[in-house]
Amino acid sequence: MSLAIRRQSILPGFGLTLGYTLVYLGVIVLLPLAVLVLRASSLGLAGLWDIATEPRILAALRTSFSLALAAAAINVIFGGIVAWVLARYDFPGRRLLDAAVDLPFALPTAVAGIALAAIYAPNGWIGALIAPLGWKIAYTPLGIVVALVFIGLPFIVRTVQPVILELEQDVEEASATLGAARMQTLVRVILPTLAPALLTGFALAFARGVGEYGSVIFIAGNLPFVSEIAPLLIIVKLEQFDYAGATAIATLMLAASFLILLTINLIQAWSRRRMGHV
Amino acid sequence: MQIRAVDIFKNFTGSSARPALDGVSLDVGSGELVALLGPSGSGKTTLLRIIAGLDFPDRGSVYFGDEDASKKTVQERRVGFVFQNYALFKHLTVAENIAFGLEVRDRQTRPPKAEIRRRALELLDLVQLTGLEKRRPAQLSGGQRQRVALARALAGEPRGLLLDEPFGALDAKVRRDLRSWLREIHLRTGHTTTFVTHDQDEALELADRVAVLNHGHIEQVGSPDEIYDHPATPFVHGFIGEASALTVDLRAGNLFIGNHQLPLPGRSGRTGRGRLFVRPQDIVIGEGDANGIEAEIVAVRRAGATRRAEIVIPADAGRVEIDAPAAVNFRPGERIPIRFLRGTFFLDGEGAASSLC
Repeated sequence: MSLAIRRQSILPGFGLTLGYTLVYLGVIVLLPLAVLVLRASSLGLAGLWDIATEPRILAALRTSFSLALAAAAINVIFGGIVAWVLARYDFPGRRLLDAAVDLPFALPTAVAGIALAAIYAPNGWIGALIAPLGWKIAYTPLGIVVALVFIGLPFIVRTVQPVILELEQDVEEASATLGAARMQTLVRVILPTLAPALLTGFALAFARGVGEYGSVIFIAGNLPFVSEIAPLLIIVKLEQFDYAGATAIATLMLAASFLILLTINLIQAWSRRRMGHV
Repeated sequence: MQIRAVDIFKNFTGSSARPALDGVSLDVGSGELVALLGPSGSGKTTLLRIIAGLDFPDRGSVYFGDEDASKKTVQERRVGFVFQNYALFKHLTVAENIAFGLEVRDRQTRPPKAEIRRRALELLDLVQLTGLEKRRPAQLSGGQRQRVALARALAGEPRGLLLDEPFGALDAKVRRDLRSWLREIHLRTGHTTTFVTHDQDEALELADRVAVLNHGHIEQVGSPDEIYDHPATPFVHGFIGEASALTVDLRAGNLFIGNHQLPLPGRSGRTGRGRLFVRPQDIVIGEGDANGIEAEIVAVRRAGATRRAEIVIPADAGRVEIDAPAAVNFRPGERIPIRFLRGTFFLDGEGAASSLC
């Protein structure tokens, strides 16, 4: 079978690169994950079940996943708009803005968390503005969403922007000559074309959001059952030298993330087939 | 519907050096098939896009019938536009592509679903793609995509059909097939049609009338016969068909190459330098002809059924190419008498042509 794959390609190096890929993925990704699962399995299935059904842990997992999904969804919309503006329009300061998109990548996440907490706290710039309305962002789940939106923005922008740049202008013009209003062109022509990239960005932002720790804990308030995220519980368990418990939560997160990402990948494969790429 | 462009001026760069269109006017009669022909950068695509409403002129107006369409948006103009690279919607099937223009209409004017589907299938028949309605653009050949693009443009009963280099991206054989097919569709549907091309064969074969553009000007508009047989400007003569340009002198109304006088009627009294354009088929080898010029063969090539010789005309007039039957055996260096049956003379600095018989 490997021979059959080899013959299709005129570029040499199949054996070498596949070997390298397997070793690399094995050592860098799979080995640590295997150790993780191994450590967790020392609890046995019953022990794992106990942890999985512990109300505080369940609540934390729910918080982590639902807020990561919400933040990724928000980023798909607003990150998509940012990517559109950066790709489509030329204006003074565009390059600066473009570079600023990457800052959440570069900043130590704890610094971001402290900065966000300072702004959104009831006595911060934005927090003070909305406090009279009776709203609170910092130290609530809303604060977590803010932190995750901040962290996830570059993922959406950087995956969607190149696709927008490659959009063929004449396809939009064709839509217009056929009588479609600007909004119809956007919904019927542009968005379906961008969908795979938006989905990729969504998946990346979501995955990052689920695992995010540093920026969240400063703004979350970390109230059990309200604004406590699963990674925090892992840290707590680690500090108590409960390695098995920590790895058990991690394994649960891993399994859930894997399922969600797999689903997204399947949707993408389907939409790529629809577009005629095989 | 008659489509008119009146005194269109368009400058993309902002500097006045070379506008894309410099006061262009064009009438396309109802049901007529007109070709915009010119080299790249001549402004032909810009003119087409301005008629469609995809670009707006700095000056000038576009009329559809009696209605001034200049201020109308591209959506309101309701023209069918076929793009050079087809611009099909990749995520939609062939049938959905064709139905797009009907689907996006508002509730009052949108036909019912079944009617839209019937119309899409009917157009698929028209463009001879019956049975391919479920395919996606990626699964079609270039020629098939071109047909889908045309069907899509026709679906909304457009007031005019505009095609930008419709066959530009296809190979030679498919081009020829599609050419006669497009002519046929035009005869059947009767849409007022304008298409842009840089291929003179395409323009001459397909169009009722051809507008030749150069540097943002229309050099000549006319039937293929007029354009080919009576080119109005040196540019048109050089651009359409094969021709050689010779430097000749006009002395008191008579044409001279060196001291050899060529017969030219109707230019009495003028004097100056100019260019004489002659086509290969209008040059004959005139054995023992008193009017013949002695010229030297410098190169001989076989060109399909004929043999083509490159010949230097004396007195630095230039070179011409002539076609002769393959059986004639020319040799480089040989001197032969040649005679011009027809030609077109342009006095330098003057656009007007006069024919040589």
